[in-house]
Amino acid sequence: MSMISKDDVKHVAKLAELEFNEEQADKMTEQLDKILAHVANISKADTSAVLPTAHTIEINNVFREDIVKKQLSAKEALSNAPEEYKGGFLVPKID
Amino acid sequence: MVKTKDVPLNFLPAHTLNSLLKKKQVCAGDIAKSVTDAIQKVEPAIHAFLRYDAGHILKQAAEIDKYISSGGPIKDFTGIPVAVKDNICTLGVTTTCASKILSNYIPVYDATVIRRLKLQDYILTGKANMDEFAMGSSNENSFFGPVKNPWDISRVPGGSSGGPAAAVAAGLSICSIGSDTGGSIRQPASLCGVVGLKPTYGLVSRYGLIAFASSLDQIGPFTHDVEDSARLLNVISGWDENDSTSISSIKNGQIDYTGFLKDDIKGMRIGVPKELMVNEIDPQVKAAVQKALKLAEVAGAIIEETSLPSLEYALSVYYIIAPSEASSNLSRFDGVRYGRRSMDAQTLRQMYKKSRSEGFGPEVKRRIMIGTYSLSAGYYDAYYEKAQKVRTLINNDFAKAFAKYDVLISPTSPTTAFKIGEKIDDPLQMYLSDICTIPVNLAGLPAISIPAGLSKSSGENPPLPIGLHIIANTLREDNVFRAAYTLEKALGFDKHPMYLYEQS
Repeated sequence: MSMISKDDVKHVAKLAELEFNEEQADKMTEQLDKILAHVANISKADTSAVLPTAHTIEINNVFREDIVKKQLSAKEALSNAPEEYKGGFLVPKID
Repeated sequence: MVKTKDVPLNFLPAHTLNSLLKKKQVCAGDIAKSVTDAIQKVEPAIHAFLRYDAGHILKQAAEIDKYISSGGPIKDFTGIPVAVKDNICTLGVTTTCASKILSNYIPVYDATVIRRLKLQDYILTGKANMDEFAMGSSNENSFFGPVKNPWDISRVPGGSSGGPAAAVAAGLSICSIGSDTGGSIRQPASLCGVVGLKPTYGLVSRYGLIAFASSLDQIGPFTHDVEDSARLLNVISGWDENDSTSISSIKNGQIDYTGFLKDDIKGMRIGVPKELMVNEIDPQVKAAVQKALKLAEVAGAIIEETSLPSLEYALSVYYIIAPSEASSNLSRFDGVRYGRRSMDAQTLRQMYKKSRSEGFGPEVKRRIMIGTYSLSAGYYDAYYEKAQKVRTLINNDFAKAFAKYDVLISPTSPTTAFKIGEKIDDPLQMYLSDICTIPVNLAGLPAISIPAGLSKSSGENPPLPIGLHIIANTLREDNVFRAAYTLEKALGFDKHPMYLYEQS
């Protein structure tokens, strides 16, 4: 039984903002199918008595005093921008 | 080339160089020269670096020598060349993650580990090659081309920190800094015959490490020996206000890990998980691990086989959780604020899609796809949430094991270095090379790989390094170092791929 169809792959690609041509989509479907078939073995594990783990150490909210510190300048923050305009990131028009 | 006891300077551990510097028997310039000469001769065959600047290395060394002669203090890593994996931000030095999408990225800040190394007056050897975004076990996923294993250049160095591992193994850097998400320090250390440490999750700040899977990533050192590993951990570990997952219990006072370098494991309880000594393990690897266990027994340790039944699921859990976190982390690469933008788009959505499709390589796309699928409506419960629950089972198994044992021992990698191209078309086979290291990241534990010896050469195959994997409980680096230091002495591995220097 196949775990994932080519249509699923195309749908997921859309969610992930990726594009594949037909040949790439075929190969991706085949490879994901194999990987998903392998990872499906976790359904056998009895997890009825446990809670999910997101982090292995205790994570607490980290608070600090609201003190003004030296931060990146606008020039530094924009130094890697592919395109900038008047101190902002310039992007193509929103469709 | 300056030689000490027949070992060239570029193959000496940092602690030896440090005492030579203090005794004024060498200067930083001598060390830098031995490394830059080595890079000039051997790097073209290895490709451990994405960028280095020999002139800058020598200039830095000259400045350090001047500083030392004017009475400046010689700290543990003063004047020591350290290579840095290219997913760690270095102020003003291009940092690409071996990806096309970040090929033009110049960080405007230093990662915390770099800031700490600079306080030591270290020398940046260069930015080391890696699998793109640290996704891979062979270094073949680098956009800029693979790293070759120094012991046999037709073979992979392991991954994803293939460059940092190969750089130390080939004498191109005294130490390196890498990152380990599922074995990316330990597996290449094993395949290249060097020492690689993954510290407890939260012990080393991840600030400035370009994130792959945030609940699993951890920075750690590559070194020639266990003593250097402890010394480098001294430098890079510690609480950091810029990392919200920095362990708060380490806030008060820095631990000196060299205090745990004791050649004594008398009474130490060692468990050998049978799930990590399975049939897939190469017989020569298994034999090397068994030999090391015998030596541990002779040294007075108590060895027992044990079972962690949930490890059966570790690979599956990892290949759901890591891609899920990656798909979220890598959504920031959209061509807006940094990185390479596709100039072939009329609208914003097209720009996102084209920049990402042109900028990411096949393995990165595969993992983004798996992660996005696992997190998507209708599949979340069966994949992501289920995997997080099974992760709890794995953690519980480790907790039970560490109630009984001080350390667990296994092979680091099921095989020695495989051929370049051998597994590239079969992602699942590739993933299996991390089967022994992945469970450690899921549980956030510290673990080290130390060289356990070389395989026998056969026909055209030269001898290849085998790694021994030592795992301890959370924040029990003391047990990691004690076991590793003792077994390192007992195993007495002192080989380097010197043939690289004998060819003209």
